[in-house]
Order: sequence, then structure tokens, then C-alpha cells
Amino acid sequence: MAKYLLLKHYRGAPAAVNDVPMDRWTPEEISAHMQYMQDFADRLEKTGEFVDGQALAPEGSWVRYDGEGRPPVTDGPFAETKDLIAGWMIIDVDSHDRAVELAGELSAAPGAGGKPIHEWLEVRPFLTAPPTVTE
Amino acid sequence: MNEFLPRSLTPSVLAVLVRRGADFAAAEDAVQDALVEAVRVWPDDPPRDPKGWLVTVAWRRFLDAARAESARRRREDLVDEEPGPGPAPSVDDTLQLYFLCAHPSLTPSWAVALTLRAVGGLTTRQIAQAYLVPEATMAQRISRAKRTVSGVRFDRPGDVATVLRVLYLVFNEGYSGDVDLAAEAIRLTRQLAAAIDHPEVAGLLALMLLHHARRASRTAPDGSLVPLAEQDRGRWDSAMIAEGVGILQAALVRDRLGEFQAQAAVAALHADAPTAGETDWVQIVEWYDELVALTDSPVARLNRAVAVGEADGPRAGLAELAALSDALPRHTAVAAYLHERDGDLSTAARLYAEAAHRAPTLAERDHLTRRAARLNTGHRP
Repeated sequence: MAKYLLLKHYRGAPAAVNDVPMDRWTPEEISAHMQYMQDFADRLEKTGEFVDGQALAPEGSWVRYDGEGRPPVTDGPFAETKDLIAGWMIIDVDSHDRAVELAGELSAAPGAGGKPIHEWLEVRPFLTAPPTVTE
Repeated sequence: MNEFLPRSLTPSVLAVLVRRGADFAAAEDAVQDALVEAVRVWPDDPPRDPKGWLVTVAWRRFLDAARAESARRRREDLVDEEPGPGPAPSVDDTLQLYFLCAHPSLTPSWAVALTLRAVGGLTTRQIAQAYLVPEATMAQRISRAKRTVSGVRFDRPGDVATVLRVLYLVFNEGYSGDVDLAAEAIRLTRQLAAAIDHPEVAGLLALMLLHHARRASRTAPDGSLVPLAEQDRGRWDSAMIAEGVGILQAALVRDRLGEFQAQAAVAALHADAPTAGETDWVQIVEWYDELVALTDSPVARLNRAVAVGEADGPRAGLAELAALSDALPRHTAVAAYLHERDGDLSTAARLYAEAAHRAPTLAERDHLTRRAARLNTGHRP
């Protein structure tokens, strides 16, 4: 068993096939999209493969340490940031092939015109605890 | 009260219910209820016959559930079928339960979950915590697994190899929470070894014991990985090693070699060396030859290349390695190590960094990064 992060981008991923921004969809198309995501998560829970799913606000700020006794420095958001993560789903599956299969299904979520977005999702394996038997 | 006692009785109690005609999924739920009850009641009021107690309580729970859910006719059938206290369940029943939980119709993760629940008697919550998934997800895995095997006839002989693969998976998952999966895997394999006389079952048990014996020395206090050669051998559990070696030797004399016996033999040779320098690498190479012949596994070939590097020098190891695909997990890490042994430190540093980038586990990534850093900054170990 292995955990994978399916990462969805607002920005930074290669262009989707059905690449219409969500604010140009009809309300029904948006609802259909949301429903698809929810159904997908429900289905994964039933197959015992769901771990977590979260969406992120598009805007955040940058924070860094600024020395002893000083408050952290905050900055941004920077409009030029290349990568912008929209959210993720974490799955726990038997194989990498299965992770890819599921990412493919998630990428088929409907968008404009009710057609699949064909959105590019990033599939990242979790680093795990080391196996007991190594040599 | 021995915390393992009620759980160790799980498979035989479950087998009694199934033999009395309960379907597997319902019987399993009933036994879980009885276990919870046992944990509550036994400390103050220990039963004289723990197994009988569990059978009685589980059967009552099963009937209650059946009554609540079934039609009147079905209910009466069940009550009519209720037998008196039967003979103690046989060893074969326990064995059948292992086969059922590792049934080939299950995916590996389902088989692991069902084995821990039905044979191990762990709660869904414990299993979920051990595998770091939500309890609802684990509950679904278990219930789907139960439904999948519900139609499987309980009296068909199973394949020991499938059971061993599941137990090996549980063991190798190691330790990640309140439940010590390695210890649980050893307990279940011991129980299996008591139920069936099979050299590979013994081989797997020996393999687990020999690795478990070294556990305390495998990580430094800061959690970083300590390679075998640098482990404090004084911290190895010598009693557990002796037990593992004894079990392995008894299995090997039967001359029915299998992959777990061969792996255990390698582990035994490591355990047998008073210092890393005294390791009998020539014999280890021979065992990897056996393992490659048995499994044709690329991982075994990779490990064999490491052993050749120790037995015949790093150049020989690198020559072996050259024949293997560099897409193999840990191929780059092995190459880095062999180049370091060969004195080519800049190549080693570059490969360690590359291997760290491709490491599948956090501890390995950190370990390989430290190796690269040590060479890059001129710090010798």
C-alpha cells in the first residue's frame, strides 16, 4: 500500500484540453463539477482508498523568520508566482498504476459544456517509513 | 490479563461460529463485539474457559443481530440450528481462517486489513491508525473484504504462499503507531506455524525474528537510519536471534527451500557475525544465488550485487550492477556505495545525491543526503 497526493493547480500545470476558466461556466456546469468531485471522493471512501481531500484558497501570504524577538515578516501574495495549488486528494492504493488510473478519472471532471476538463493533475508519492527487511 | 489472550482466541472462535452456519461477515462482527466485551469484563471477572466464554458471547451477539435484521422465518431457522456446546475447534479451523483472509480474490490491502481484524482481532480503529488512514476508509476496506470472501466455501484448502505474502506485508510495514505491526505479524506467524507444518512458514517466522532482533539498533536516537555495518551489535536481541536460527535450521534440513528460508539464511549470516568485518559474504552471495534462482526477482539480483561487492570487491559489485536496469529502486544508492568503496568519491557523492532524490522513504532520503553531504564537504565518517 502506498499513499499518493493528487495535486490540482490553479496555475502552473500544463494547459487542460477543455481550458475554460470556471467563472465562464454556467452555474449548472459548476454544480455538476462539484458533484463529480464529491462523488469521486465518496466512491474512494467506499473502496477503502480515500485518505483526505482539501481545497485551498487561491491567495495566501509568504512568511519568514526575522530574527530573535522580532515578529515574522509577511509579504505577498505575489502575482508572478508560477505554481498555484488549488487543492489535493490523498489516496492510499495498492499500486502506482492504480494511483494513475484514479488521477485519470479525477481529471475527467466535467467543465465547460459539461465536457471533461482533461486537466493535468500532479501525482506525487509519499515518502514512507522504511521497510523492516532491507538487505 | 495477557492482552493477547482474547485476541489469540479470535480465529478459533470465529471458526466455531462459521461452522455453526453464521456467514463470515456477521460472525466476524459478532466476534469483535465479544472481544470488546472480554476486554471490559475479564480483568475483574476472568472466565475459567476463555474460549468457551467468547464462543457463547459471540454466538449470542450473532443471534441478536440476526434477529434484529432478519425475517421471522430466517430467525427461527437460525435458532433451530443452534447446536449445543461442540468440541473445541480444531487447528484446521484456524488455518482455514488464515486462508480465507488471504484469499486470492482480495487485493493486498484488503487481505492485510481482514487478516489483522479477523485473525489478529485488532479493532478497525487500531488498524486504521497503524496504516494512517481514516477509520471510515479502513472500515470500508474490511467490510468489502468480508463481503468478497463471504461466498468462499470455508472448507476448501488454501494456498500457504498467499497467507505468507500477507503476513510478510504486515511485518514489513514496520511500526507507525500504537499498534506494533511487526510484533503482531510475528504473533500471527507463530500461530500459523503452530497450525501447519511447512518449511516456508518456519522460514518466514525465522526471517521476522532475525530482523526484529536488530530493531533497537536500526535507528539512532534522532530517528536516523543506522546501516547494518554500523549497528551496535551488542544491542541485538541474542535470544531472539537464537530462536530464529533454530527455527531456520530445522526448516532447512527438510530440504524444501523457498524464498523466505533463503532470505532468513542471509539474515542469519548477518546475525552470526560478531563484527561487520567478519560477515561471511561468500556464503551470502550463495544464498542470493538461491534466491535469484527461486524468485528471479530484480531486488534479489540487486542485493546480490551488493554482496558480490563485499565478497569480491567493489569493482566486481559494479560489474554485476551494470547488468541490472538502473530503474530498479535503490539501484543508484547501491552504485553510490560501491563507488565510494572503490575510492571514487566524487562519483559517489553525485550518485548519493541522485539516489536521495529518488529514495522511496524519508529515512533513506535523509541517510543518502547525509552520505552525499559528508563526501561533498570532506567530512569522513
